[in-house]
This record gives sequence, C-alpha cells and structure tokens, in this order.
Amino acid sequence: MESIILQILTGLDKGSAYALIALGLTLIFGTLGVVNFAHGALFMIGAFCAVTLHRLLQFSHVVIDETQTDFLGNPRKIEVPYIYDWLGEPLGRAVIDWSVPLAILFAVPVMILIGVIMERGLIKHFYKRSHADQILVTFGLAIVLQEIIKAFYGANPIPMGAPSAFVGSFDFGVLVGFDVNSVIYPYWRLVYFGFSMVIIAAVFAFLQFTTFGMVVRAGMADRETVGLLGINIDKRFTIVFGIAAAVAGLAGVMYTPILSPNYNMGMDFLVLSFVVVVVGGMGSLPGAVLAGFLLGILQSFASMSVVVETIPGINQVVIYLVAMIILLVRPRGLMGRKGVMED
Amino acid sequence: MLGLTRKDTILFLIVIAMVICAPVLLNPFPSNSALAQFNAGYPDLMQRFLIFGIFAIGFNILFGLTGYLSFGHAAFLGAGSYAGVWMFKLLSMNVLPAILVSILVAGVFSVLIGFVSLRRSGIYFSILTLAFAQMSYALAYSVLTPITNGETGLQLSLNDPRILDGVAAADGSLPVANFFGVEMRDSLDVALGGWSFTFNAGYYLCAVFMILAFYIAIRIFRSPFGMMLRAVKSNQQRMSYTGLNPRPYTLAAFVISGMFAGLAGGLMVAMDPLAGAERMQWTRSGEVVLMTILGGMGTLIGPVLGAGLIKYLENILSKINDNVLHQWFSFMPDGLENVIVTLIHPFVGKGWHLTLGLMFMAVVIFLPGGLVQGGQKIAALLRRKKADPNTVKQPAE
Repeated sequence: MESIILQILTGLDKGSAYALIALGLTLIFGTLGVVNFAHGALFMIGAFCAVTLHRLLQFSHVVIDETQTDFLGNPRKIEVPYIYDWLGEPLGRAVIDWSVPLAILFAVPVMILIGVIMERGLIKHFYKRSHADQILVTFGLAIVLQEIIKAFYGANPIPMGAPSAFVGSFDFGVLVGFDVNSVIYPYWRLVYFGFSMVIIAAVFAFLQFTTFGMVVRAGMADRETVGLLGINIDKRFTIVFGIAAAVAGLAGVMYTPILSPNYNMGMDFLVLSFVVVVVGGMGSLPGAVLAGFLLGILQSFASMSVVVETIPGINQVVIYLVAMIILLVRPRGLMGRKGVMED
Repeated sequence: MLGLTRKDTILFLIVIAMVICAPVLLNPFPSNSALAQFNAGYPDLMQRFLIFGIFAIGFNILFGLTGYLSFGHAAFLGAGSYAGVWMFKLLSMNVLPAILVSILVAGVFSVLIGFVSLRRSGIYFSILTLAFAQMSYALAYSVLTPITNGETGLQLSLNDPRILDGVAAADGSLPVANFFGVEMRDSLDVALGGWSFTFNAGYYLCAVFMILAFYIAIRIFRSPFGMMLRAVKSNQQRMSYTGLNPRPYTLAAFVISGMFAGLAGGLMVAMDPLAGAERMQWTRSGEVVLMTILGGMGTLIGPVLGAGLIKYLENILSKINDNVLHQWFSFMPDGLENVIVTLIHPFVGKGWHLTLGLMFMAVVIFLPGGLVQGGQKIAALLRRKKADPNTVKQPAE
C-alpha cells in the first residue's frame, strides 16, 4: 500500500511536466494545425529563464571587509550582490533564494514574446504546407534554439536550488496513518504538482469562461466560419501560440530544481510529450492532460523494483509500449475528436 | 545500359566516376598548404560519405517516394551494426558474411516494425516509428546487454570463437576485418608533388556497395513499383479506389529502406568493428532526415549530396577553432580581426550544429526540393538567358 502511494506521488511530478508540455502542444495543434517540434526547446528556454534570472540577481561588486582577514593577513574581499545594496541584506538574500519562483514573473513575458515572434516570423508561413514540412522546419528551429543556448550557457547541466523553505521532504505517510518515513515526498515536487494544476486550471478557465477563449474554441472547431463572422482569428491564434509557449516555459522554470537544466533537456521531453499527445488524442486538451498524468504514473510504477524484476527493462519502454498499443487499438487516442489528423 | 535510359546512364556513370576518383577529387589542396584542412580525401571521412549516402538513399526510397516520414530508421542502422559485429565475433573476420547478415537482420527487423507502424499514416506513423526506435535504444542499453554489451558497446575480443578463422593472431592483437585477405585498413599512399592521395581498400568496398545501392535506387525509381509508391504519396485514397491496396507497396518500401540502413550499419562495423546503442538514438534518425531533405527528397542524387555535405561540414567546421580563425584573418587590423573572429566563433568548432540547423531551416523554407532543386533553378536561369535571343527570332505562328 505504502509503495503504491509512493509510486503515484513520484509519477505526479513527471506527469505534471508531460501534461503541461502536451497541453501547449495540443493548444498549438488544435488552433493552428501545426505540429510543433520546437516545443521541447521552449520548455528548455523556460528553464534557462530561471537560470538567467538567478545569475542576474547575483551580479555583485567587491567590498573590502576590514574586520576579516584571509590567511595572508590581508583584508578579505567579499562579493556583495547589488541586490543587497538596494533591498538590504536580509531581503536581498531572500530574493536570491526565491529566484526560481520569481522567475515565473520574468519568464511569462519573455516566453510570450518568443512565442509570438516564432509564430509571426516562421510558423505563419507554414500553415499551407504539409505536416512533414512543419515538423522539419520546427525540428530545425529546435536545433538552432538549443545551439544558441549552448553557446551562451555551455553544455553542462546547471544546478538550481529550490527556495530553502521547500528543501526537504514531506512525510505523507504520517498524514494517512502509516509509519513515519514510509511515504516521504520532496516538498518541491508537491509544489510543482500544485503549480501545474493551477496552470492547467487557468488555461481551461481562460478557454471556457472568457469571450476570447470562446472565440478560440469556435476557431478550433471551424476556423473558416469564425473568419466569415468578421473576427480576426489569426491574431487570436497568435496569442494562443504565445500562451502555449508560456505554459511550456513555466513548466521549464519550475522544473529546474528537479532536473538541472542543460541545453538538450527539451528534446527528451519533446519525444515523450508527443507520445503523450498521441495517446491523449490529437487536438484534445483534456486528453493531453489525462494522458500526461497517466503515463507519468505508469512510468513510475514500471520502475518499481518488483515490476522490473518480473519484466526486465519495462521501466525504459513502458510509455512507448502503451503508446503503440493505444495507437493500434484506439487510433484516435483516449479522447481524440473525430476528423482530426485523419488523412 | 543495364536497363537504364540514356539520361540515367549518364547520371549513373558520373556517380561511378566521382566515387572512384573521390580520393583525388576531394584532395584539391597540397597537403602542406594552409588550405589542406579543407581536404576531405582521407579514408575515414570518405567512408562515412558513402555509408551515410547509402543510409540516405534507402531512407529516400521510403520518404521521398511514399511520403511516410520515419523517425526511427536509426534502429535498423543499429540492428545492422550489432548483427555485423556478432558475425565478426562468431564466424569470421571476412566482411562479406557480416554485411549480408546485417542486411538480413535489419530486413527482418523492419518487416516487424513496418508491419505494425504502417497501419497508421502521417504523424502517427512518425510517432510509432519513433517509439519503436526509442524502445530498441532503451532495451539495447538495459535488458539486451548480453547481446549489445550495454554502454560499453559491442567489441571484438581475443577469446571470440570465430569458427572459420580460428584463434586470434599470435601476437595477441585483435584481428582486423578483411575481404578475402584484403584488410579494410590497407591503403595505398601516392604522393604527387605537394599532393598526397590515399586509396583505401575499405573505401573501395564501400564504393562497390554504394554504387550497387544507387543502381537499385535508380531501378526502383523508374519501375512500375516506384510509380505505385509515388501514387501512395500523391493520393492514397484514389489508389485504393482503383482497387490497389497500398499497404504491400509501402511495406515493401519500408523494408527496402530498412535493409539499406542495415547495409549502412554493416559497412560501418566493417570499417570499424564496434557497435554502440547510441547509433539507435532518435537524433541519428533525425540526421538522416536532415540529409535527405538537405539534398532533395524524392530525387536520386539528392540524398547522397546531402549526406556528403553534412558529413563534410561536421568534420571540417568542427575542426575550425579560434586559433585557426585568427590565422585566417590575421591580415586585418587587430580590432577588426577580433570582431570577426567573435562573430564567426559561434558557428564553427563545437557550434557547428548551429550552422547545420540554420542551413536546414533555410532549405526547408526556401528550397523544399533541397540542393537539387537549387541546382535546377540555377540551371534553368542560365538556360533561359542563353535561349532568350533564339525565342525572340522565332516567327509567330
């Protein structure tokens, strides 16, 4: 029992990341009909937004502290971040400590901007071309974005810390009456799960309860008619692309304490997210979210030692195996709509 | 000749001539000149040109003709490599059985994967092939370690049985791959003035297979079977309405391209008897897609050009570092020199993938037909200029 709950919990944070990326992919696919292979790169850029903010906050100048001396007897030089000067030391320290959550504020405008530039500058010209062409050009774009990040930040993973308030683990077992330390779960992963739920809820609420969202949904169902009604659907879809980019970026920002960002983290997630989208059903937003969590949890179950001992290697392939079975048995995916991508 | 039309014969002969003379053609600069680093005429690189050329030719038979975009072809390359090394370990160091078994194993593997994947089309097909390839990759790393030797990669060792060759050489060194006694690494160095050319046995073995592969590709492109594959691409629905089942044709194309990939894998281990799981990773599949698109999908010569270009740039661009750049631009004033070196720096050396990505995007955006289309456009432009005065003179009828 304990181990089952533990596996479900462990699957949740990976599942959250899959769900968020798949949500963005589906948004783009449903509105613009474009298969975006650069979505993993957007996730990665989001993660590097956090890195960038962290580095910006740590810009420092050198102060000579007369009271301390180093081992040669000279006054010790101390690097003081500028932010200490502006906000005072305790507050400045807290801001740096909280740089990952703060990076959300920084990443949203950056990601929306990148998304809009991408859509207007490149993807707009590919609506009329084949899906293969769209895959190819976004694949090329993903390589370019990766290499740009690599040129600036190097190829090594950059470790990022969660705020010290969230370091450590939450003893989940005690809450439901198990032994102490039987089901423990890092706080930050809990935060990540909650965060992803908030984002998913926000995106759904935005589409369901605002006029803008209504128009977007109408455009997803029948783009031509909406255009004939005199609504500039292209402009709205561009904004949707920006939102999808921001969702992927935020998923990346918050994932940094779990996985140290490096330049090709996006590709790994992209492949899996595509599988998630296909399992959930191309063009279905709830399907993408459901499949994301489902596959995340499934993966963590498959890596239990009991399972791995019975079926060796299953932890590596379970997602692909499920995807294959679903595609062959239920070609539209779990919640796919009729007539989407059925050429 | 050989059942080819005149135009194809000319193309085929040109390719043969180029491949045979490549060790000379690719070494245009004297070996001690400053430009020698642009020479591509060393055996290792030329072998890779041909091997990846074969890989891309095969991929093009599937993608170029039927339009099915597979993201999992690296799995066949990897399967072929493993099969080849096992033949070296068990049977003999002769490359012929290794290569034949590589083709066979990749063929069987692709029948299995193709049979399942081809039930779906479009992006679903791409995802399915990707899933299969990633699965093979993951399994090669974990469960199949007894066969694949996991992360270390499959290598030859001294106590391999090698039924036909018997035990290893007396001096305790590993045996080398050979073709009935001709060792793959044997080469003939010819120095002519400042130039030096290397004619390598392994290269010419690859050349024979590549020319064979190219010939098969021409025949497929011009055959009724090739026509059927094109029909699958242009309108599958209409094809099935005329009473033809597209599935056997696509499966045949898939298996043929898988066998080409297996051949490439077999040749790879024949040149260097080592197989690792990273050969199956999906970035490898992406690489062959890049090659085919860059050269021109659906054309005969395109994939070979694309493979050559990418491998050339990979080798040459990644060798250029800041010191080399400073040397080139040393004639400029210091400030300007530094500026230019800083500007070029991200695109060469370790950053050559950036150049590749940009080039690839440019091709997809502006030249969907790849380099071949670019060449055709230029040729058409020249021809029009030349033809212009004649057309003006013609009387109206």
